[in-house]
Amino acid sequence: MTIPPVPYAIDPDNAATVSAEEQQFNDLIAADSRIEPRDWMPDGYRKTLIRQISQHAHSEIIGMQPEGNWITRAPSLKRKAILLAKVQDEAGHGLYLYSAAQTLGISRDLMTEQLIAGKARYSSIFNYPSPTWADMGAIGWLVDGAAICNQVPLCRASYGPYGRAMVRICKEESFHQRQGFEILLELMNGTPAQREMAQDSVNRWYWPALQMFGPPDDDSPNSAQSMAWNIKRFSNDDLRQRFVGMLVPQAEVLGVTLPDPDLRWNEEKGAYDMGEIDWTEFHEVLAGRGPANARRLQRRRDAHDEGQWVREAAAAYAAKQAVKAVA
Amino acid sequence: MSDTIEQDAHGHVDTIQLSAELVEAASVASHDVAEYALWLGDDSLVLAQNLGWWISRAPELEEDIALGNIALDLIGHARSLLHYAGAESGRTEDDLAYWRDEPQWRSAHLFEQPNGDFAHTIARQFIAAHYLFELYSALMQSTDATLAAIAAKAVKEVDYHRDHSIQWVLRLALGTEESRRRMITGLSDLWPFVEELFVDEPLIDRLEGAAVRPSSLRGAVEAAMFPVLAEAELDVPRGFISSGGGRRGDHSENLGPMLAELQVLARAHPGAKW
Amino acid sequence: MRSSRGISHTHVGSLHAPDATLAVRNARDLYTRRNEGVSIWVVPADAITTSDPDAKGAFFESPAGKNYRHASYYTKSEGVKHL
Repeated sequence: MTIPPVPYAIDPDNAATVSAEEQQFNDLIAADSRIEPRDWMPDGYRKTLIRQISQHAHSEIIGMQPEGNWITRAPSLKRKAILLAKVQDEAGHGLYLYSAAQTLGISRDLMTEQLIAGKARYSSIFNYPSPTWADMGAIGWLVDGAAICNQVPLCRASYGPYGRAMVRICKEESFHQRQGFEILLELMNGTPAQREMAQDSVNRWYWPALQMFGPPDDDSPNSAQSMAWNIKRFSNDDLRQRFVGMLVPQAEVLGVTLPDPDLRWNEEKGAYDMGEIDWTEFHEVLAGRGPANARRLQRRRDAHDEGQWVREAAAAYAAKQAVKAVA
Repeated sequence: MSDTIEQDAHGHVDTIQLSAELVEAASVASHDVAEYALWLGDDSLVLAQNLGWWISRAPELEEDIALGNIALDLIGHARSLLHYAGAESGRTEDDLAYWRDEPQWRSAHLFEQPNGDFAHTIARQFIAAHYLFELYSALMQSTDATLAAIAAKAVKEVDYHRDHSIQWVLRLALGTEESRRRMITGLSDLWPFVEELFVDEPLIDRLEGAAVRPSSLRGAVEAAMFPVLAEAELDVPRGFISSGGGRRGDHSENLGPMLAELQVLARAHPGAKW
Repeated sequence: MRSSRGISHTHVGSLHAPDATLAVRNARDLYTRRNEGVSIWVVPADAITTSDPDAKGAFFESPAGKNYRHASYYTKSEGVKHL
């Protein structure tokens, strides 16, 4: 698919610069309808979506690793099965999203290349290590919890294939957060060592999970445009606030302490006040200087490189069979 | 607009009818039947443990998912079998999986073989799935109702594993020169472990009708595998045959490290629940 | 994908595969992990002929204004049984 060479009009109200197809696009957005792959769309809209959907897909794929590390060591067979199913789901979610991105005219090969070359971004949360079993709980509860908060509104994203992929993903992920919560609950009801493991893990994942909602609204340059295009439905800070509001009672059920001494209910605003997020760390990790960036990418690169001969074999076989079928 | 976040989040927890995770035991297994269930359960668990490594490392994302599905099926079989095997001695599936030392394991060497490259994994899958398919097909007729029920569920799943392995044997063998070379190597590295699958241990004599006699499976397994190898233009490897001994607790060198990894966390917390 | 007997196949998504045989298997592994289907069709993307999105006005305008094709158009028979 080629990207239409139609200039993107800065001011949609200026009728002189708005083409008929752009008007139609604007009307669809205004009516909260959906844009489909073969509709005309502004370059900026297309680029924003390609960036966002491919980053999202990469996050699912890289996100397999922190949990994948524990499949072989899961402490019960039931947990092993659950974890395996969850990590496998993430591969599936990556595929749904790559397919959605492809409808915008970028190939999966190119996205893969960008990822393993270290040129593409993915959620920086996956650059943190998972040294203990409790991390399987905290990742499910906090990381998947934050992801779900982010993703549920994306089910109504204006770009049809993205919204549809998100519907499927959200449906499947409904068990991911619950299984994580249950892992922590078992640990908190367990031995002192298990409780300590759980609290330590919550301490490590809480702040990175809050960072998953992105920079504060006044420092999030692309947010306004994404909201105008109905890709994004709520601001970063709104979603973060909402998430914390859900976590507090859940933490009480678990008996874990959320590691924010400034976290307290503010009657006046009807929401929680919270401490300052360390955005320096966020930007460091995002820039590739997190604890596990290199390892995560290397694993992906190895899988890709070592799988090359297999993919070539499958392609060669398919080509030979096609020739045979014609003959 | 902001009030709809609440409504959206977590609004859709699955309400489907959940089917049973494990095949329930119809009765408590006798000591011999329990031992036999260990054979089968250990084979499946060890193979699943091996396959689980591939998740996030497979040649294609599609294969991460395919191998994951296979591993999940096998864990399911292992859990049902170990659950049944343990009841006689008052042990759970996890007691058996996490608290037995290497000599108490009953897996055959084939399942213990390392993943190697993708061709080795496929060769192992090819042999294992053909063996398991014929085994479970026969075990459906077992006089032991629990083993028959486990087999009836498992046979359909390993049928798909068999198909998966066949597709890849054909593609690797007939794909490129390199893939063909690797497939030949993989198959010849795994073939020595075929023989052990068909050895009748004394236990089998005591379980006439309840267990499947391993030697009785050879004909059917070979009859299913050989035509695929022929289509893939692969010779049946010959030569070295492994002495086996897994059913008696004599294992390949791979099992020890695998168990160390499988059991490390559970053993660090005796008595803990997860 | 056919979700159960008696239901038509509906489109569920896209995937990659080197050939049709693997495409069906990949579809099974990707799209039926939760009992979603009992039958799968796969079609190569380039074998699909679609209506022209730019001509959608002309293509889909005609049914509008032909309300008499719908039962609810016939209001005078309301209240009469078995109609």
